Amino acid sequence: MNEILSDFIGELRAAGLPVSMTEHVDAARAATMIDLVDRETLRAALSATLVKDHDHRPVFDSAFEVFFARRAAGATASDDPATDEVDPGETTRPPRGGAGAQGQGGRSGRGGSGSMSSVSPEQLQEMLWNAMMNGSPDDLREVAQHAVELYADIEPGRRVGGTYYLYRTLRNLDVEGLRQKLAAASAGSTPDAAWAQRAAQVDVEVKVRELQAAIEKEIRERLVADRGAQSLAKSVRKPLPEDIDVMHATRDEMLQLEKALRPLARKLATRLARRRRRRRRGPVDLRHTVRRSLSTGGVPIDLRFKPPHPAKPEIIVIADISGSVASFARFTLHMVYAIASQFSKVRSFVFIDGLDEVTRLFDESDDPGEAVARINAEADVIAFDGHSDYGRALTDFVKRFGRDINRRSVVIILGDARNNYHQAHPETVRFLKEKARAVYWLNPEPTTYWNSGDSVIAQYAPYLTKIVECRSLRQLEAFVGDLA
Amino acid sequence: MTTIDPRFELAQRLGLAEVPAPQFADAADVITRLREQDYLSSPEIASATFLADRLAKPVLVEGPAGTGKTALAQAVARATGAELIRLQCYEGLDESKALYEWNYRKQLLRIQAGRESGDAATWAALEDDIFAEDFLLPRPLLEAIRATHPVVLLIDEVDRVELETEALLLEILSEYQVSIPELGTVRATQIPMVFLTSNATRELSEALKRRCLYLHIGYPDVERERDIILSRVPGVTTALAEQIARVVRSLRDLDLKKHPSVSETLDWARTLVILGQSDIGDEEAAATLHILLKYQSDIETAQKELFGRRSS
Repeated sequence: MNEILSDFIGELRAAGLPVSMTEHVDAARAATMIDLVDRETLRAALSATLVKDHDHRPVFDSAFEVFFARRAAGATASDDPATDEVDPGETTRPPRGGAGAQGQGGRSGRGGSGSMSSVSPEQLQEMLWNAMMNGSPDDLREVAQHAVELYADIEPGRRVGGTYYLYRTLRNLDVEGLRQKLAAASAGSTPDAAWAQRAAQVDVEVKVRELQAAIEKEIRERLVADRGAQSLAKSVRKPLPEDIDVMHATRDEMLQLEKALRPLARKLATRLARRRRRRRRGPVDLRHTVRRSLSTGGVPIDLRFKPPHPAKPEIIVIADISGSVASFARFTLHMVYAIASQFSKVRSFVFIDGLDEVTRLFDESDDPGEAVARINAEADVIAFDGHSDYGRALTDFVKRFGRDINRRSVVIILGDARNNYHQAHPETVRFLKEKARAVYWLNPEPTTYWNSGDSVIAQYAPYLTKIVECRSLRQLEAFVGDLA
Repeated sequence: MTTIDPRFELAQRLGLAEVPAPQFADAADVITRLREQDYLSSPEIASATFLADRLAKPVLVEGPAGTGKTALAQAVARATGAELIRLQCYEGLDESKALYEWNYRKQLLRIQAGRESGDAATWAALEDDIFAEDFLLPRPLLEAIRATHPVVLLIDEVDRVELETEALLLEILSEYQVSIPELGTVRATQIPMVFLTSNATRELSEALKRRCLYLHIGYPDVERERDIILSRVPGVTTALAEQIARVVRSLRDLDLKKHPSVSETLDWARTLVILGQSDIGDEEAAATLHILLKYQSDIETAQKELFGRRSS
């Protein structure tokens, strides 16, 4: 147990969870006090001692599924490439830990999709239907076992995370059809109050989600049996929401990001508001103090302070919202507006090859998320061909709004500086730098990609206060936090 | 596995004659005894409470407002027959409000009394005298540590204090002791159960989290919420409770600014019972929606999505 636990904690650390020595000890102690046979008890005990942030829970869960899979006890040692080459017949273990009533029809290797399976697709559909209707977790698990056996067609030794197997199983199970059948069945039995219909819809969704989770778990367990926990853990490791690369996020990750953004912005706002309140006085004003000390014989009894920190900055955001960086611009705008109270004024402009001011969208709505969503529909940003043109957009900005820039303005330009081989017009940025307090450029690309291909960031660089690489929510939060 | 029992270890460190017996036999015991106090715990809640007791560690309880974080501590106190000592946190809380304070008026009186009665005590003797326990005003944390009877310490909404103030709690949370410079160290004479609650408005420090077990209480599923309604709202029928739980679950599925909490669900259930409803119709539900939802935009969304009407 101790060894599995150490490996498990190693995996959590590798995934970015801060697990300390003390917490490791706590987990080990907790494990001696509970019934280890019950996985859910074990899960609860380990999560209470190891995971101190609810956002980290998905990472913990997916690692837990892998390391404490039902029939993989002791399989952790097989993280050896050689074992991956073993003959499929040998890795084929009895498919369920003695729990299933259906015999030992071993999985077949490559190709033959469950020819030895003891259940026909029709029987399976029937079992699935029954499991869905009575909702017992045991039935559901059994269905998942059969479904995976029949459809997933797992190839031993492949270093994959199992997403494809899940997809294949779900498609063959005809989940879409199931959803419709469930909806039809519940429509007959629900009263016609509108809320009840809606509740029935949610019921169906919950059931389908449960099925999906059961199948995913089954696939994981088979993969663990095949390859060992550590090797698989690497394939299924998920980044923490704040570390997801915004530019390359999958659709699921995007949803996670959206969810993480709101609380993150709220926390940032609280922190900044507190900092501002506490810093009521500025640094000691030496000149004034010495002048005052003359009346007390040169002894500086009465300290004088400079007025508290300079006035709140005025933020001007100029964001590229062309396809490649659109999501990055959305997140940044959302974040900036979430803490808008920390700035005296925020104005925002978006462009692709034309430029449009979108400040009013944010003024009209109290929810920045909503305003961001409206940008795409309402901003007029395409002047010619709809490919980013930084030079034209910035020239346009200087011409139309240049006179509004003053010493209190902080200009933030968002984009990857991929100019599609148009003119860069760096003199526009120089003009901004001369008039504004600072000009920052946030680039969502990794530093190593800058200036490759059509990236022209180097041409603007001399006139920028700073170029910041900004690929994840964590980096974004750090930058916005420093700004206020 | 040969690990020392943490309770034994802590008792030794505190210099207790015997190891205080743990409060709960196992997680199932937690569920049964909390249920007697009308608190329905999920397996996760029971596990964390059980482990907190066995490992002699505080529990940090996080989750949306109104899901029963504070109620958990109250229920545990009642179930174990312990006194509940509560420290409500707020911005600006300092050690004189949380730990202890010298009763300086009494100290002044003592000095004056000494002067007038003419017993010319030396300054050193006087100093010893006025910094004695008699002149100490215990605040919740010290009170919990000094108590000789069983106590449950609840540190409520710990995310409201500043990061710096959090450090005040660290000694208590890990060592169950309070150091008073003039007096020495006050150690606990028993092992109190400690609960900290937080609404996650800010990130708590690593140091604090490390010293605690962690429990996240989210919204309950339909079955548990129905049972909660049944146990907390007198006069509600099972059918109505089920309907209420389902409506609320659907509401939480919508994209709202603030989702209805369990305590708001209970308020709504009470309202429906008082109104004499045995069934939820769209009309009545929409009319009482303001009990569940606290933003006008949320109410409009819910009316449109859930009760199929256009907002006016």
